[in-house]
Amino acid sequence: MAAETSRTARLDPSSATVGMVLLLVIVLGFAGAASATDAGFAAHSWMFLIAGVVGFAALLGWHESGDKTPTFDKAYYEEGVVKAGIVATMFWGVAGFLVGLVIALQLTWPNFFYFPDFPWTNFGRLRPLHTSAVIFAFGGNALIATSFYVVQRTCRTRLAGGMWPWFVFWGYQLFIAVAATGYLMGITQGKEYAEPEWYADLWLTVVWVAYLGVFLATILRRKEPHIYVANWFYLAFIVTIAMLHIVNNISLPASAVGAKSYSLFSGVQSALIQWWYGHNAVGFFLTAGFLAMMYYFIPKRVERPVWSYRLSIVHFWSLIFIYIWAGPHHLHYTALPQWAQTLGMTFSLMLWMPSWGGMINGLMTLSGAWDKLRTDPVVRMLVVSVAFYGMSTFEGPLMSVREVNALSHYTDWGIGHVHSGALGWVGFVTFGSMYCLTQWVWKRPKLYSNALVEWHFWIATLGIVLYICSMWVSGIMEGLMWRAYNDFGFLEYSFVETVSAKHISYIIRALGGGLFLLGALIMIYNLVRTARGDVPVEDRNRASAAPTLQHAE
Amino acid sequence: MTDHSPEVDPHSGVETTGHEWDGIKELNNPLPRWWRFIFWGSVVFSIVYWVLMPAWPALPGMQGNTRGVWEHSDRGNVAVAVAEARAERSALGSQLMARDVGEILKDHELSQLALSLGESAFGDNCATCHGSGGRGAKGYPRLADDVWLWGGSLGDIEFTIRHGIRSGAEQARTTDMPAFGRDGFLQPDQISDLVEYVTSRSGGAADPAAVVRAEPVFQKECSSCHGVDARGDRTKGAPNLTDADWLYGGDRASIRRTIFGPRGGVMPAWQERFDDATIRALAVYVHSLGGGE
Repeated sequence: MAAETSRTARLDPSSATVGMVLLLVIVLGFAGAASATDAGFAAHSWMFLIAGVVGFAALLGWHESGDKTPTFDKAYYEEGVVKAGIVATMFWGVAGFLVGLVIALQLTWPNFFYFPDFPWTNFGRLRPLHTSAVIFAFGGNALIATSFYVVQRTCRTRLAGGMWPWFVFWGYQLFIAVAATGYLMGITQGKEYAEPEWYADLWLTVVWVAYLGVFLATILRRKEPHIYVANWFYLAFIVTIAMLHIVNNISLPASAVGAKSYSLFSGVQSALIQWWYGHNAVGFFLTAGFLAMMYYFIPKRVERPVWSYRLSIVHFWSLIFIYIWAGPHHLHYTALPQWAQTLGMTFSLMLWMPSWGGMINGLMTLSGAWDKLRTDPVVRMLVVSVAFYGMSTFEGPLMSVREVNALSHYTDWGIGHVHSGALGWVGFVTFGSMYCLTQWVWKRPKLYSNALVEWHFWIATLGIVLYICSMWVSGIMEGLMWRAYNDFGFLEYSFVETVSAKHISYIIRALGGGLFLLGALIMIYNLVRTARGDVPVEDRNRASAAPTLQHAE
Repeated sequence: MTDHSPEVDPHSGVETTGHEWDGIKELNNPLPRWWRFIFWGSVVFSIVYWVLMPAWPALPGMQGNTRGVWEHSDRGNVAVAVAEARAERSALGSQLMARDVGEILKDHELSQLALSLGESAFGDNCATCHGSGGRGAKGYPRLADDVWLWGGSLGDIEFTIRHGIRSGAEQARTTDMPAFGRDGFLQPDQISDLVEYVTSRSGGAADPAAVVRAEPVFQKECSSCHGVDARGDRTKGAPNLTDADWLYGGDRASIRRTIFGPRGGVMPAWQERFDDATIRALAVYVHSLGGGE
């Protein structure tokens, strides 16, 4: 009888529709596995099939369970999916940092870290694994987790869509797993940051549309008269990424049951579309999305108002409008017509102040609470992330100037630039937000150890400094070596001489990456102890950490 | 809870907007003056730059994109630079080709020119196999010593670079050692004896009985190319077996593998890629590495 009650109580449209999607996944996975034309597609069909069966079984088990808790109770915030997102963020973060360290070592000691018997260990396959793992797995999970948390709090309503947020979470993990194993098996469409093949792209589209639906529906049923600035940025990120992803991945599969596809675009059009996508993946995934995190977690953590509402409006709209035109600066001095290069460069220059608007608002929000830099290492991490944001958004427009680009393009300077953004900005703002979120969703009075946050902060900061300085040195050096001529007008250095000249820089870079990874491991230990409710001995007496659900209104 | 009337923040004395989300309020600070200044400055700079440089795609009724007041053109500039470089190179090249290779070495300025061009071309084309400075690697001859398979004079070197080795070019230097083991010309124990023989000829310790057994086999099967004294023959590209220099390794396993079946290394015919002057300069450079004859 009890089972009957819970059954009817739980048969809601969201679980039913998720179940239908999972059934469709099972059917398509089965069809793919049965008739695949290549081993990679067969393996991925099996992955979809197994994921669909496991997901459907979990849904049935949940539906049949005797638990009488009302489902998707609008009186409470949805925090389970946020907790899962924190775990996924840190898991994929460490995986991505580790692969990054491995490929840094491969570049430093190519003969030692070369295993011809294991083609999946080749640099060419591990490099997209690293970039996708840190951008889409680590960054993407951080964005999904924080957006699900922030949109509920700032709209004062439970996440919309019932079961659908869980579909978004697990569907996104499945996309990551398919993409990652595909790279290792050698499946790629050869577009940077858009390597997964057509079927993985289609799946991500389904997941992303569900994400947009959940987010929009939550905003639509908000109990606040206005939409908070963080949600503007999250929404811009979700909508624009959908557009970029779909357009850049338009392709024709060679077979409906094979991995290979051919892009709709070719030649310089393909290059332009690719870097329109690639640059705005940086702009809307790694900038707009993470600015949303900054706009919630900094004022919340330091308990000060956002510094300027007007600046947030102006820099939001100018950033959104200008960013989308800047992509051609990735194609200076190529077959791309020069007028397009001019536009790419000038829009990048005009992007400087809109980018810095976010930095100003982030930093100035601390006015009146600067002492927290000293007392709260999490605040320090968030503030340093904004400082790195300011630095790399100055460096970006600088490198987009054609004359500077002539020196910096194709060199390690580019690698250093993206890592000052990725490690310093994206990494640190995510770490700061995850420290906050873990404490808040597990309802702990404080983190397990502020001392460990200090260690994490200094080890990771040292790692970033080593990383970007070594890449500046080696990048500018190789750029100068490439263009050096001897007295007779012949090239002074062969390519291999420029490679061997970078060896010391590569050792330092690998060291910096190793330190960054070490810091993340310290963080995970700290987060696990915090979530478990372990409190340092000196605080045990005043700990009141009973985890309770928090009312949505 | 949410739509308050604006209040004054006690710390800064600035009014808030009156909005509040989850405890977060907003101050109503104006845009920083320097921010506005630099932003509009970048906009003005961009507009000026669009006027000066090629900037906007064709609008209806226009012939192509805007050219800009400066009429700057990357393609045009590259074409001019390439033409200038070609002219300069051909002047230098004709000097190299006008002289006999031997004379180049005697003329200080000309030999410096050849070495400079040769080093530049070597680094990005030859060093891939022969190593930086021609130090060689297993299967790729060291060029920085006086051991030459096909001859180490300037003319020999230039010929090898031009036509390659087993490259398929008409005049390529081509020789093929028989696959004594794979094709069954010799029995495994005969090959074992030959391994000992070759080891002893190059000064290694070897089984004396095997060396004696191998002597007639060597003279019958090998001496026609490698010479009765095993000192090789440059006209056939047959290596000297009595020195300590090994292209594919001088340990017993490597020697056995070579006798079993030939290695047949290939070098491209560089005349398909380089002009005559560059090939001559490369010959001078390789000749200078240490062992030129």
